[in-house]
Amino acid sequence: MCDTCGCNLTPGNKHLAFKPVSKGATAVSVLKDLLAKNDDQARHNRTHFDQHGILAINLMSSPGSGKTALLEATLTALKNEFTCAVIEGDLETENDAERIRAKGVQAHQIVTGTACHLDAHLVHDALHHMNLDGVDILFIENVGNLVCPASFDLGQHLNVTLLSVTEGDDKPAKYPVMFRAADAMLLTKTDLLAVLDDFDPDKAEAHLRNLANPAPVMRLSARKDMGMDAWLTWLREQFAAQRARVAIGQSRRPAIQSDGMKYHRATA
Amino acid sequence: MHELAVAQALVEQVDAVIDQHQASRAILIRVRIGPLAGVVPDLLATAFPLAAAGRRMDHAELEFTHAPIRVHCQTCGAETEAAMNRLLCGACGDWHTRILSGDELLLESVELETAPALPLES
Repeated sequence: MCDTCGCNLTPGNKHLAFKPVSKGATAVSVLKDLLAKNDDQARHNRTHFDQHGILAINLMSSPGSGKTALLEATLTALKNEFTCAVIEGDLETENDAERIRAKGVQAHQIVTGTACHLDAHLVHDALHHMNLDGVDILFIENVGNLVCPASFDLGQHLNVTLLSVTEGDDKPAKYPVMFRAADAMLLTKTDLLAVLDDFDPDKAEAHLRNLANPAPVMRLSARKDMGMDAWLTWLREQFAAQRARVAIGQSRRPAIQSDGMKYHRATA
Repeated sequence: MHELAVAQALVEQVDAVIDQHQASRAILIRVRIGPLAGVVPDLLATAFPLAAAGRRMDHAELEFTHAPIRVHCQTCGAETEAAMNRLLCGACGDWHTRILSGDELLLESVELETAPALPLES
């Protein structure tokens, strides 16, 4: 599709391009994704990750659902297996990056000020402050927010969305844009299920399926080391899959941008 | 509130279209937004004048085209309309569906005012 020769015109949109307009004016058909600039940068980031053989994972959830605690436990468990790096996104403070660095893992904090989400340009700038040589898995912890981060591609390969059991099990129904984008949904803090009578993990999963999302659902507690094995196994599989894609010059975009086409040729 | 970021991206794109067609300004901007794009048209309409201030589109009308959610069922093959948080097949009720439309965030078309032709020198 291009903007110059008219090949983006289809019988379905032709009427928009040739609508009569007032004198002295011209109607121009554009049909370009509004976030094209962000998406171009995201593609550039993804190519960069692929060239380094890195698997990039975007973690999204509400504030306080345990993204950083999950990362702390995950980084400890994978310490001898993979070299990981973390980009942290928050409105203020270096607190999360410091928690990650305390685990001996490279971390860069993006302080967004008032912005409610990370975008591909912020991630690109962060990459310039990091040493990606030898990194296997890059975790990007997005700003805690179930709305805005879902609309911005960062260049990641996978979206992982957390839902803590102290939130409602109908969160996927309330925030469909976010949960539709998930390549995996993690139900976190499951050690608290015993004292909560209003969160049904099966219902949470059913709400996810209602969004036509086949993503695996894993139940875990990072603090109490419950259910972590399934998550770590999934990470290992995804890392192996990424290395296999890189070997044959392919890449992967997260669920949301799939457009029914799961893989696309790397533009490197 | 990410609508301001989207409005800024929209202004950049319209600006490029104005340049490309050597027009003087944009008078109508048509945007197609599906409910699953995660952008609220009303909020985008509020954010747009802020992003467009002083640009060659600051008086342009912003028009939204509604994009209904339609899904294709991979089990029975039917194409049906669906609700935002129930993307199930309207025919057989299965959840193995694929989005046909409803997640668009497109700059569809722009109406431009062309620069008045310079008088020919005699």
